[in-house]
Amino acid sequence: MSSPVRGNDVADPILYQQHSKPGLSNQVVEAISHAKGEPLWMRENRLRALQVFTKKRIPTWGGELSGINFQNIHYFLRTADRVAQSWDDVPADIRRTYDRIGIPQAEQKYLAGVMAQYESEAVYHSLKKNLEDQGIIFLDMDTALKQHPDIVQQYFGTVVPAGDNAFAALNTATWSGGSFVFVPAGVKVSIPLQAYFRINAPNAGQFERTLIIAEEGSEVHYVEGCTAPVYSVDSLHAAVVEIIVKKGARVRYTTVQNWSKNVYNLVTKRAFVYEDATMEWVDGNLGSKLTMKYPSVYLLGRGARGDVLSIAFAGDDQHQDVGAKAIHGAPDTSSAIISKSISKERGRTSYRGLVQIPKGMTGCKSSVVCDALLLDDSSRSDTYPTMDIRESDVSVAHEASVGKIGEEQLFYLQSRGIADQEARSLIVQGFIEPIAKELPLEYAVELNRLIRMEMEGSVG
Amino acid sequence: MGFSVDHLAVRVEGKDILHDVSFVVESGAVHALMGPNGSGKTTLASALMGHPRYTVTGGRITVDGNDVTFAKPDERAKAGIFLSFQYPVEIPGVSVQNFLRTAWRSLHGGKLDHAVFSARLKHAMEELQIEPAFAKRPINEGFSGGEKKRMEMLQLAVLQPKYAILDETDSGLDVDAMKIVAASIERARRDGVGILLITHYPRMLEYVVPNVVHVLVDGRLTQSGGKELAYDIERVGYREVTP
Repeated sequence: MSSPVRGNDVADPILYQQHSKPGLSNQVVEAISHAKGEPLWMRENRLRALQVFTKKRIPTWGGELSGINFQNIHYFLRTADRVAQSWDDVPADIRRTYDRIGIPQAEQKYLAGVMAQYESEAVYHSLKKNLEDQGIIFLDMDTALKQHPDIVQQYFGTVVPAGDNAFAALNTATWSGGSFVFVPAGVKVSIPLQAYFRINAPNAGQFERTLIIAEEGSEVHYVEGCTAPVYSVDSLHAAVVEIIVKKGARVRYTTVQNWSKNVYNLVTKRAFVYEDATMEWVDGNLGSKLTMKYPSVYLLGRGARGDVLSIAFAGDDQHQDVGAKAIHGAPDTSSAIISKSISKERGRTSYRGLVQIPKGMTGCKSSVVCDALLLDDSSRSDTYPTMDIRESDVSVAHEASVGKIGEEQLFYLQSRGIADQEARSLIVQGFIEPIAKELPLEYAVELNRLIRMEMEGSVG
Repeated sequence: MGFSVDHLAVRVEGKDILHDVSFVVESGAVHALMGPNGSGKTTLASALMGHPRYTVTGGRITVDGNDVTFAKPDERAKAGIFLSFQYPVEIPGVSVQNFLRTAWRSLHGGKLDHAVFSARLKHAMEELQIEPAFAKRPINEGFSGGEKKRMEMLQLAVLQPKYAILDETDSGLDVDAMKIVAASIERARRDGVGILLITHYPRMLEYVVPNVVHVLVDGRLTQSGGKELAYDIERVGYREVTP
């Protein structure tokens, strides 16, 4: 382990001490901005967002959010305050899971938040050089704001404005960390950019802010999260991801979240997709107490395409309220949404989706497929698809299914010597395969392993 | 020894379907079980494999002396029984290769020798004239009727059970496909697999000559005999051969 170069978000410790008490106020927001040495526009942006947040109602249409006490939350903590104090503080069930899926000790500590940095500096530096040579900027947001203030100012909040929803406002007021990616015109990034390898990354943040700009004809795949459970002492995570996909560019954004089961995970993810550009969201949700997340594509130029692939697994009183939105803001645009969910043991999954094609947007295509699998009688799945189609010259398809594991499928597998439990997990793996195959290989392998363990009921 | 069915009685959804069925299939022997539609052939196949909806109300099933009358399907498979389904189900997203590998590992006490497995799979696919790409396709999804039956035979060849129940494996096959399937059954017989070949078309028995023929009518074995019995059935029908 080496200690990577620290960014400017390492603030005066005295200031931290003063403001590490919980609660949200102008003073707290100003302190955050001051500690980071931000330009005035960002500080004002934060303060305006705070005003918006105080006026916004917390949504009541999705999951149960009444358990969140906003005045009990620490909005600005040093990494050292946020991480668990020692390995012994990490819940035993999470440590057991790490062992069972065979994660190396160093990585375990990073995931559990006992260690702030995991990546090897050597790996990072060769990667960084390679990216810089191509003109790619890949930084944490705090550093990006220092080094590229003009680009950040030009795009920050243009895709997800603070007024969009309560949690976007909260994030805009209190954001810290997250990624900034800028890909110059025509550059195709050959390896997936992983948040993992980013230097200066504070431990998985509460209010991460990510901004990706893909210039004309460029291509990039960004990967965040991990399949192993991530232990967080913070109970509220409200991230915002903004993506701009310019003419002919292509962006894929892959997330696998497996937050510990005390976490409210409320994320706003949106992409503006211009002429002949393609945006793909691949989204896996395994952890958290409640996740509300609806990755969106705004198709703003002729020939733009947006795909959203998602998997949700809800066990043991979890609620995954996830889905997708496709707004067809130009003619001849297309969207495809595939959502697969699995619920067990009082787990609840909801698909919540919106497809909007205004009048005049001729030649648009949209297909929505959502399949839910219930593993027992105590689990639940709901579908809330909204199709707002105001143009007739379009092609729109929607299919939804809710099923259980079939007796005949089980008997077939068992007749070949495969025991009941393993037969069930094989069927579940098959069910999510269309999405798992889109994940980077190591994620897909871990996902399958994790689902097998969830099926055995041995994961806490 | 052998695959022994002794005075078996089976009930399905409150209805008694099979009564007092007895026979013993020895290693390397082919027993043909013939009977009209609705006579209980598929009930017998399902009950022998341990389908949860079929209740054994009397008699015993043993595999080389091991009693499996009330065993779970996977335990029966481990004891050496295999069932080729009349209507194999689709398992979306699970590839043939992954499925067979999982089954192999289960049948071999958790162990899998990748080289041995791959070699056997490749060899069996060649013998059944199955395209290599099939190994990567999801089980039975989008397969034609003939492809499904060949896939069942592939599983038989790869998993190498002691005894195999083939439930109308010949139905829905054209002559060429039937020859391929018949050759596969003959190879299994030569390897010492005892086979219960359920059919209601005597034509299959021109390709796979049975050692014994049983006739099942209304859930009872009404006759057992040599291969000539099959010709009699073809000539006069099931009920006429019944004494």
